[in-house]
Amino acid sequence: MSILRIEGVTKRYANHTALDNVSFVIPTGCIFGLLGPNGAGKTSLIRIITQITGADSGEIYFKDQRLKPDHIKDIGYLPEERGLYKKMKVGEQLLYLAQLKGLSKDEAVARIKEWVARFEIKEWMNKHIEDLSKGMQQKVQFMATVMHEPSLIILDEPFSGFDPINANLIKDEILRLRDNGATIIFSTHRMESVEELCDNIALINRARKVLDGPVREIKDTYKTDTFQVIGNGRLLITSPDFEVLEQHENHGVFRAAIKLLEGATPNDLLRYLIQRVEVHSFVELVPSINDIFIRKVKETHHA
Amino acid sequence: MHKIWLIIQREYLTRVRKKSFIIMTFLTPLLLAAFMVIPAWLATISDSDETVMVLDESGLFLDKLESKEDLKLIPVAGSLDQAKTVYQETDYTALLHIPKLDLDNPEGIRIYSKKNTSLQVKFRLENMLENEIENQRFVASGIDRDMLNSMKANIDVTTVNLSERGEQDSNVWVTSGAGIIGAVIIYFFIFLYGVQIMRGVIEEKTNRIVEVMISSVKPFQLMMGKIVGIAGVGLTQFLLWVVLSTIVVGGVQAAFGIKPAPTPIEQLQAGRAAAAGEEEQTEEAASNSETLAEVSGAIANLNFPLIIGCFLFYFLGGYLLYGSLFGAIGAAVDNETDTQQFMFPITIPLIISFIMSYTVVIKNPDGPVAFWMSIIPFTSPIVMMVRVPFGVPASELLLSMALLVLGFIFTTWIASRIYRVGILMYGKKINYKELSKWLFYRV
Repeated sequence: MSILRIEGVTKRYANHTALDNVSFVIPTGCIFGLLGPNGAGKTSLIRIITQITGADSGEIYFKDQRLKPDHIKDIGYLPEERGLYKKMKVGEQLLYLAQLKGLSKDEAVARIKEWVARFEIKEWMNKHIEDLSKGMQQKVQFMATVMHEPSLIILDEPFSGFDPINANLIKDEILRLRDNGATIIFSTHRMESVEELCDNIALINRARKVLDGPVREIKDTYKTDTFQVIGNGRLLITSPDFEVLEQHENHGVFRAAIKLLEGATPNDLLRYLIQRVEVHSFVELVPSINDIFIRKVKETHHA
Repeated sequence: MHKIWLIIQREYLTRVRKKSFIIMTFLTPLLLAAFMVIPAWLATISDSDETVMVLDESGLFLDKLESKEDLKLIPVAGSLDQAKTVYQETDYTALLHIPKLDLDNPEGIRIYSKKNTSLQVKFRLENMLENEIENQRFVASGIDRDMLNSMKANIDVTTVNLSERGEQDSNVWVTSGAGIIGAVIIYFFIFLYGVQIMRGVIEEKTNRIVEVMISSVKPFQLMMGKIVGIAGVGLTQFLLWVVLSTIVVGGVQAAFGIKPAPTPIEQLQAGRAAAAGEEEQTEEAASNSETLAEVSGAIANLNFPLIIGCFLFYFLGGYLLYGSLFGAIGAAVDNETDTQQFMFPITIPLIISFIMSYTVVIKNPDGPVAFWMSIIPFTSPIVMMVRVPFGVPASELLLSMALLVLGFIFTTWIASRIYRVGILMYGKKINYKELSKWLFYRV
């Protein structure tokens, strides 16, 4: 089942097109990366999903229903531009935002207690937002985003502004929420930052979707059957099954990138190598999402 | 509806709990009480008595100038130089020197003093001398002063309203006063709290909370919640002022047994009395108490339910009309310094109606200017308030009210169109052309 189905969404502004016939599906319970450079249209798409703006054409289905205002309370959104009411106390602010998402006062209070215990921020509850550090504010904002336990959580550039410790804390929280059944959308232009977390991705460039699908499949599609080998000895490959793309040698230690040609398997290469050199490391060179993106963008440009 | 209510609550509570609100609310009645009580108190402790030495070389005023309770006159004889030396050794206020005078051309009278003479002393001395010279001239030309006084006329026309309710004593001062007070309060209320709406919107924009908010609520809800919440703050403050002022002023009066300083109306009457000269004071006092009775009668005869009803209506109507526009300005800009160009067209009708209220409208509350300005929604909240105490035909009142309602529905519509685009727009200088486009954006 899919939590979100985007079908042919187009959004135009006065003098540019933000989204051009974008379609993809976000499966339930995954961590989904919405990737693309700045200005690609990610935020426009998110604003349509969160019903801040409307699409010019196309449809979005949330849990197989056409998106409607009532769905708002089942979506949590952390915008790229973070902000809270500076003069409000942390507790009041959380209560207010949770209630606006449709929680009753009692429910909201109970949830706040739970989260406060988890993040160990009890002593902060009566402080004004403006007296908190940036990192603390981010934590509060993250809590406000997920407090109402939405089934879809949208995080726009989630790790910008977090120090490494808090970023890890948030990562763990995200994984926990996913394990509890929530679907998470990461939107970011820093693709390497979320690669390891994402199950599925969609790449957007210049208002168009470039690529989407499970990360594993995409990588499989784009892998080049190239392996990195590090070892001792003199490497000299003469077999027609393999091609050396790159080779360095330093004090008897070599490092080489070797591509498997038609029909050869990694084991064939390994067997071939073992007979000639001492292998220390044998790793498949998998393209990063960033590499794939760049390749894909180049392809579409040439096309 | 539930969400709007939450927003109203937040907007209301965060403002009402602010220190500035609490201080303003309690300080203003205290200041008001101070303004009323301190002048009265100062008046009771009269200034230290003044003593003036009088050197009358003309001999015209000898025995004629009488010492008053707080202005003692001490006649001295001798030459001016001698008198000056004597004066230097005393702590008297001044030395009045009257040289030999020609009754037809009295010149050369001087006041010598160590410090600058106060205006009051100067006026009082002048007044005495003038009276005495007039008297002497009457005697010289054979006119009897008492006869002249009996010929003087003093007319105070009592105004009476002829209406369905029968004849009622009215008082132009009271009627105008009631209208102007209402208009002034509405004027300041729109400004003070309109600007608060604007600031609130700018704050949400600069804090970047707005995107979080409108992923939960509709922009319109956010805007209306703010406007209504702040209206509540204003009403609360206003009611607290009325209640606290009454308590404080009443309390002070009871505690010190001080009568408050005269109201502007009384002051005006007193001003006329003063102009009439000292001699008629007793007569004037009688007519003063008459006027007071007339004033209180006129106050009692004001149609209070109507005035208060209209006040509340125009108070809220005007606030809503302008408040949404202030909100739209807040949404269109990034910070307060950019608001100037948009504030201008909003403040102009307000200021014009305020100025016209106490110039043209108050003089001719049924004239064409007053009529049109009290019908047009942008000026009616202030101008109509001035007209209401004078009596306005029901049809005009209803027309004005209906137009005001339409007016604020219209401005709220415009404002919400600008608002929903503006709050998500950052770092862009906005001009009117851009704003007008926003009205028809599909969002």
